[in-house]
Amino acid sequence: MANSIQLLIGTRKGAWIYRSDRERRAWAVEGPMHLGQIVSHFVLDPRDGVTMLMAVKTGHLGPTILRSTDGGKSWAEAKRPPAFPKSGDPATARAVDHTFWLEPGHASEPGVWWAGASPPGLFVSEDGGVSWESVAGFNEHPMYGKWCPPDSGTPDGPLLNQVAIDPRDAAHMYIATSTGGVFESRDRAASWAPLNKGVEANFLPDPYPEYGQDAHFIAVHPKDPDRIYQQNHCGVYRLDRPSDTWERIGRAMPAEIGDIGFTVVPHPRDADTAWVFPMDGTAVWPRTSPGGKPAAYVTRDAGQSWERQDRGFPPGQGWFTVKRQAFCADRETPLGLYLGTTSGELWMSDDEGAGWRSIAAHLPEIYSVVAAPAP
Amino acid sequence: MTRVFIPSQLQSYSGGISQVEAAGVTIDQVLRDLDRRFPGIRFRVVDEQDRIRRHMRIFVGREAAADVGMALRDGDEVLLFGALSGG
Repeated sequence: MANSIQLLIGTRKGAWIYRSDRERRAWAVEGPMHLGQIVSHFVLDPRDGVTMLMAVKTGHLGPTILRSTDGGKSWAEAKRPPAFPKSGDPATARAVDHTFWLEPGHASEPGVWWAGASPPGLFVSEDGGVSWESVAGFNEHPMYGKWCPPDSGTPDGPLLNQVAIDPRDAAHMYIATSTGGVFESRDRAASWAPLNKGVEANFLPDPYPEYGQDAHFIAVHPKDPDRIYQQNHCGVYRLDRPSDTWERIGRAMPAEIGDIGFTVVPHPRDADTAWVFPMDGTAVWPRTSPGGKPAAYVTRDAGQSWERQDRGFPPGQGWFTVKRQAFCADRETPLGLYLGTTSGELWMSDDEGAGWRSIAAHLPEIYSVVAAPAP
Repeated sequence: MTRVFIPSQLQSYSGGISQVEAAGVTIDQVLRDLDRRFPGIRFRVVDEQDRIRRHMRIFVGREAAADVGMALRDGDEVLLFGALSGG
């Protein structure tokens, strides 16, 4: 029997929490919370199991961070949300449009949080998310203008879409951007270098540049942090450190499916196992399930081969899009997998992807799904 | 003191109140005074470069403000609006 799970759901119109029984069969819903707020990311602090942070804005209002220290019962706003320094040059002055990613700091640094924003910006809080500072090591880096050109990026704007921390070393960090690819820091964000060798950027004149890639998602394996998976705009990759050259493991995917997607989920106990959720990246890039037939694909050999997992999903006319933060795993045995769609459906598997079932529908467009042990 | 009209989008900060009095001889000063009473409200209207956010509008009487430096005269009313922002 598994433990009860809570799923923190961030949507374009507010947030919800789904809590399961111990069999992960029945789910109770709490919400909406902050109805109408655009919730890019809704995250539980694994270090205390109770603090929650939510990155929000609305169609009208500027961005902010909401905090709960009682498991989502009550919320307070950050006193100083992520913001760039005041600029003397209006032509280059940056303002945070929205915070996209919230990352709890290293286990040795309680109270530390990192945030990624659009336009690309890295921010840190040392007080549990109450006040945030711009990280000059990236935001003021001499190469910032080349790594993060202002006119590139996603339909929602260019992104610093992810922060990842080596569980062995709080100073060893990775970030993913939509404008420059992956960057690495070994001095706790004081300096950064591109980490994109072998990663394609087929939308640039040089298809294998030092930077300029669109890194949709990176997954540093929690048990083997030298293994990193990446779902890129141009395929699925694996990097085994200390190598600095990514291998395109998505080449082993069926050609008719391709290896385009938004996210990749590693098995928390098996570094050779990971899941992707492919989308159609052909022609005008529909970004829906290829052929209208949704499926996850799993590798159990670090990307040498892939197995289709579609039992339970619609056999046709299923035009799913699963965004960057909307596919995740719990830590139970057997492993549970969860994904949210842009059409507001929440799906789960309690047998490592062999079978899937819908556990919620009719939600707003789902942006993020985070699984954690229920309190 | 300047009378400020708070739109529905910001009334979670003002405790549901739609009209308040605030001190200042520019829009910026009025918004900073508001922020002292209702922490966080200013940043959701004005960004860190002191620009009015894209989907917010500020009027002084019937005149649209281009920036927060606009001077206020005795008796002016400042109206904050959420502009059209899509679905």
